[in-house]
Amino acid sequence: MGGKARALAVDAALGGLVAAAMALPMLGVRLEDGATGLSLGGRFDWVLWAAGIVAGGRLLIGALRLTLAGRGPSLPAPPRALITYVGWAMVAFALILPFLPFAGRNMVDKATLVLIYVMLGWGLNIVVGLAGLLDLGFVAFYAVGAYSYALLSQTFGLSFWLCLPLAGMLAAGFGLVLGFPVLRLRGDYIAIVTMGLGEIIRVVLQNWQDVTGGPNGISGIERPSFFGLSFKMVPPEGSRGFAEFFGLDYSADHRVIFLYFLILALALLTNLFTLRIRRLPVGRAWEALREDEIACRSLGINPTTVKLSAFATGAMFAGFAGSFFATRQGFISPESFTFHESAVILAIVVLGGMGSQIGIVLAALLLVGLPEWFRELQQFRMLAFGGAMVLIMLWKPSGLLSTREPAIRLKDAP
Amino acid sequence: MLRIEGLQSGYGRIQALHGVDISVAEGEIVALVGANGAGKTTLLMTICGNPRASAGRVVLAGEDITGLATHHIMRRGLAHSPEGRRIFPRMSVLENLQMGAAMADPAHFAQDLERVLGLFPRLAERLHQRGGTLSGGEQQMLAIGRALMSRPKILLLDEPSLGLAPLVVRQIFEIVAEINREQGVTVFLVEQNAFHALKLAHRGYVMVNGKVTMSGTGAELLANEEIRAHYLGGGHG
Ligand SMILES: Nc1ncnc2c1ncn2[C@@H]1O[C@H](COP(=O)(O)OP(=O)(O)OP(=O)(O)O)[C@@H](O)[C@H]1O
Ligand SMILES: [Mg+2]
Repeated sequence: MGGKARALAVDAALGGLVAAAMALPMLGVRLEDGATGLSLGGRFDWVLWAAGIVAGGRLLIGALRLTLAGRGPSLPAPPRALITYVGWAMVAFALILPFLPFAGRNMVDKATLVLIYVMLGWGLNIVVGLAGLLDLGFVAFYAVGAYSYALLSQTFGLSFWLCLPLAGMLAAGFGLVLGFPVLRLRGDYIAIVTMGLGEIIRVVLQNWQDVTGGPNGISGIERPSFFGLSFKMVPPEGSRGFAEFFGLDYSADHRVIFLYFLILALALLTNLFTLRIRRLPVGRAWEALREDEIACRSLGINPTTVKLSAFATGAMFAGFAGSFFATRQGFISPESFTFHESAVILAIVVLGGMGSQIGIVLAALLLVGLPEWFRELQQFRMLAFGGAMVLIMLWKPSGLLSTREPAIRLKDAP
Repeated sequence: MLRIEGLQSGYGRIQALHGVDISVAEGEIVALVGANGAGKTTLLMTICGNPRASAGRVVLAGEDITGLATHHIMRRGLAHSPEGRRIFPRMSVLENLQMGAAMADPAHFAQDLERVLGLFPRLAERLHQRGGTLSGGEQQMLAIGRALMSRPKILLLDEPSLGLAPLVVRQIFEIVAEINREQGVTVFLVEQNAFHALKLAHRGYVMVNGKVTMSGTGAELLANEEIRAHYLGGGHG
């Protein structure tokens, strides 16, 4: 025990030293506007504070680790049945949420936002969690989906329901074309190149004025209708209003609730797809490839095509989510598709435990829902975000719920 | 069945195989023995197309497969149980076996599964256990079983005895003999455990520094003085 305590103290001291070295140029000096012009002033108390906080923090973390060491790094695998029940309970709750007394329009709106990220997380999970391809440019396909819908609907006057599958297909097509050169690379390179691709798509959107409207984006995007029934106060000519058809009083809430159910359905579709495909040979090959590429080769699997299929499938779901985003906002611009978005989606997948469907829901609630709630504390959002990530990674290095259920039991084997 | 002619191969500028000639007839068990770093694993990997051969030919059932991509080679009745087993640790035993059948006709999956589980009853008891939690011997059984799921005509085995207790080694070699005898699968076995391998095999080759230096029937090689001295540690048993 004595040895451990010493190691802890050394670690804390080292941490403090590094913090001091970094803080010295960043916090320790500043320009002072004196009588004789600008001069360089010191702020060394700040440096000491920074070093002290870091050293104390490391000490605390180390001590926590020592006391928690006996308990193991991750939760024991919850039984399969429990996961299923929790899943169904969550679905049931999501279904009645808009009709609960405390759920106002604002809450449904926020829940819609969380669900977008749940869907994106589930989509990216196919690529990162199942196939093990670290994709840092996922937002590119989200953007392709959004712009596909906006452009198809504005140029050809196609309805949302027609554009949705088209946008998914276009995004998947982009996934195939971009994935082909990328997926020959190995691990870390894939991450770097996909990150670059994501930025390239954004830059193209920003500069291709004639088509995408450049930085101004596209506005006045057609809102969805309920099987042809409009949610507008005054339905366009030749169509009827939703409220009128069902004999309700007009309310702007109808559209909000409809959008909520729409994204809920899309997200559940993504989940259902993932659960199904894991039992099929393609899905199994994705997982096997993540585990051991060499073994897969020696079983006659062509890694490139298997990776491409995962990449394109993930892209397709991002495309669906993108067109939903466009129809919900009514306005899109390249600003909505920055690297930050990719990072958040990836954080959701990693935090959720790489491959755990419910873990992703929890992570999306935590990373998207909570910050939305505390919007008043704007300036501290990123700080809290970073802090939460660090804490969770310390507490559960393999994600909130890192269990993998066998996709198949003997009774349902093919 | 499998003919290797003047095969050269290596990694980048390092050449590991300097012209290897080996042939394996249908229905045979052939063993290749050699010390660490002799190039045994490299030979099996080169047969499977990764790394590609820099010279020479690999002929499988009359067809030249030398330049083909791995996934094409592996669909031609050849199966490979790689060095270190390489099972999928987070997937269940059943899923591992399903991966082995990835390229096979799904219509005879049930039949193949039954056949493999018949050979390895230990796996049948552990169908839903994760591959990574199996014991070393069970993992080796799984690796061989997985390779058999594609109904190969020829099976390449890379050091199935690696890290296993003598009793388990004997068990596994008995099963390999059974696979060969009852199911007519040709076996090309690479081993450091020369004693067991040569006892099992009909014929054997000895590899030193990327070249074949000796060949003969299993019994001949076992009786050979030089081999006894170098590979059998004075003929233990
Ligand atoms: N991936 C690689 N890159 C570079 N050199 C390699 C690689 N793999 C093997 N080698 C080299 O090729 C030579 C032959 O190695 P190989 O693995 O084929 O030997 P082996 O006979 O299988 O040995 P062992 O019985 O220890 O498994 C060795 O000198 C090794 O260092
Ligand atoms: Mg070897």
